[in-house]
Amino acid sequence: MTVAPDSYAPRGRPLPQPARATQVINSVTFSVALYALIIGVITYGAYTGAQAMGYNWQWYRVPQYFYSVTEDGFQWGEIVIGLMKTLQLSATAFAFALVLGLVVALLRLSGLIICTAVAIGFLELIRNIPLLVLLYLFYYVLGPIFGFDRYTASILCLGVFHSVLISEIFRAGIEAVARGQWEAATSIGMSRGQAYRYIILPQSIRFMLPPMTGEVVHMVKSSAIVSVIAVAELTTIGRNIISDTYMSFEIWFTIAAVYMVVTLILSVGVSFMEKRYAVAQ
Amino acid sequence: MTTGVPMISFENVDKFYGDFHALKDVTISVREGERMVICGPSGSGKSTLIRCINGLEFHNSGTLTVDGIEVYEGSKDILNLRQEVGMVFQQFNLFPHLTVLENLMIGPMKVRKTPRAEAEATARKYLDRVHIPEQAAKYPSALSGGQQQRVAIARSLCMESRIMLFDEPTSALDPEMINEVLDVMVELAETGMTMVVVTHEMGFARKVADTMVFMEDGRIVEVSPPEQFFTNPSSERCRMFLEQILEH
Repeated sequence: MTVAPDSYAPRGRPLPQPARATQVINSVTFSVALYALIIGVITYGAYTGAQAMGYNWQWYRVPQYFYSVTEDGFQWGEIVIGLMKTLQLSATAFAFALVLGLVVALLRLSGLIICTAVAIGFLELIRNIPLLVLLYLFYYVLGPIFGFDRYTASILCLGVFHSVLISEIFRAGIEAVARGQWEAATSIGMSRGQAYRYIILPQSIRFMLPPMTGEVVHMVKSSAIVSVIAVAELTTIGRNIISDTYMSFEIWFTIAAVYMVVTLILSVGVSFMEKRYAVAQ
Repeated sequence: MTTGVPMISFENVDKFYGDFHALKDVTISVREGERMVICGPSGSGKSTLIRCINGLEFHNSGTLTVDGIEVYEGSKDILNLRQEVGMVFQQFNLFPHLTVLENLMIGPMKVRKTPRAEAEATARKYLDRVHIPEQAAKYPSALSGGQQQRVAIARSLCMESRIMLFDEPTSALDPEMINEVLDVMVELAETGMTMVVVTHEMGFARKVADTMVFMEDGRIVEVSPPEQFFTNPSSERCRMFLEQILEH
C-alpha cells in the first residue's frame, strides 16, 4: 500500500455520465426558458382576455397613488399611507401575539393541570373559529361591550388569532432543546425561570426563526381581512381607489405586488438573521 | 481524608418509574471527603441513585439527606442544595449557545449573583485546573469530547460545590480521550472532594475509590473497600460481573 501524495491527477475510472436528455432537463438555461414560457403564456392569456372584454388599461394613472409632486411639494400617495397603516397594524398585532403566544406556550408546558387545561381550552377555542368570524366577534360583540374602536378590535383579533399559531411554534422550539440542557441548568441550581431565560429560550430561537418568519408573512397577509370592518389599511385603500376610478385590474395587481414585495423583503431579512444565529452556535 | 461526617445518606429509599421498581430499599451513606465508585450492569439503578442525590429524580419513599438537607419533591431547599452538589453527565450537556468561559460563569453569576469579574476569575482558575485555559473563548462544538467533558467538570467546580456526582463521565468518549478526563478526576479526588462516581473504569476506581459499590436490579448488592472488592467480593454476582468487565 502507498500513501497518496498531497496533489495528483485522479487515476481511478471516470464514472458514467447521466443520459443526454437528463443533462438538458437539469440545465439552468432549459429551466429559465421553460419558466419564461409559462409566465409568457399566462400573461398573454390574461392580456388578450382583457382586450377581448374591452378593458381600458390606464397604468399611467397608478403612480399618483404612490406619490405625487405638486405646487405644495412632494406628497406620499394613498397606497403608501395604506401600506404604512398595514405595517403598523401587523407589527402591533404581532408584538401582542408574541407575548400572548409565549404565555400560552409556557402555560401549556408548565406541567400544572389547571394551566395546561386553560392553554388547551384557549388554543381549541381560537383555532376552531374562522378568522373572519373572530373579527366580527371582536368588532361587533366585544367592541361595544368593552368600548374599543375598530383599529383596536383589529389588533386584538389578529393578535389573538396568531398567538395560537405562535404558541405552537414556541412550544415546538422549547421542546426541541435537548432534555440534557434542562438537567445541566437544574444541576447548577437554576430555578425553572432562570433555566428558561438563560438556557432554553436562547437555544430555541434558532428552531423558532424559520416558522416565525412564516408567521410574520402570514400576519401581514391576514391583516388584509380587517378591510371588511373598514380599517384604512392597504386593502381598504385599494377598494376605495377602485370605487373612485373603476381601475380594478391595475389596482388589484398593484396591491398584490405591494404585499408581495413587503413579504419578500421580510423573508430575506429573516433569512439573514437565521444565518447569523447559525454561526453563533 | 474522610472525616466520618455523613454527607449523603439514603435510608430505605425506594423509587418507581410507573410500575418499574428502580431502587429497592437502598440504604447507604457517603462520608465527607469519601470517594465512592458505583458499578453494575445497565438498568441496575446506578444512574437513578446518583440522580436522586441532587433531585433530578425524586424517590418515592424512605429518607434521603444530603449535606444536612432532606431531599424530597417540592422541598424549598432543593435549589440551595443543588448549588452544593455538582454533576457531570455522560453527554457533557454544555450550553451550546455560550462560549466555554460563559458556560463556566453563568451559574455563579445568575444563581449565586457573583459579580462578573469575580466569576470570570473563578472560571479561569478552574479552566486552568482542567488544563484547557486556551479554549476559553471557543464554543463547545469546537472542542473534542474529552475537552468538553473537562469543561463540564470545571463548570460544576465553579459553583464551589462540596459534592461532585459523575454519571458515567467517560462512556460517551472516544478511547483516546478517556484518560485526560480520568486524570482530571484523579486530581480532583486528591483535593479531598466528596465524590460519587458511576463508572466502569476499574483502573480509575482502584486508584481513587475509598468504597466500591455494586448494584444490580435496583438493589445494592455489595459495599466494600477496593482491595476486598477486586480480590475477594462477597457476592457471586459481583464476582461474575467483575470477571466480565475485567476480562480484556
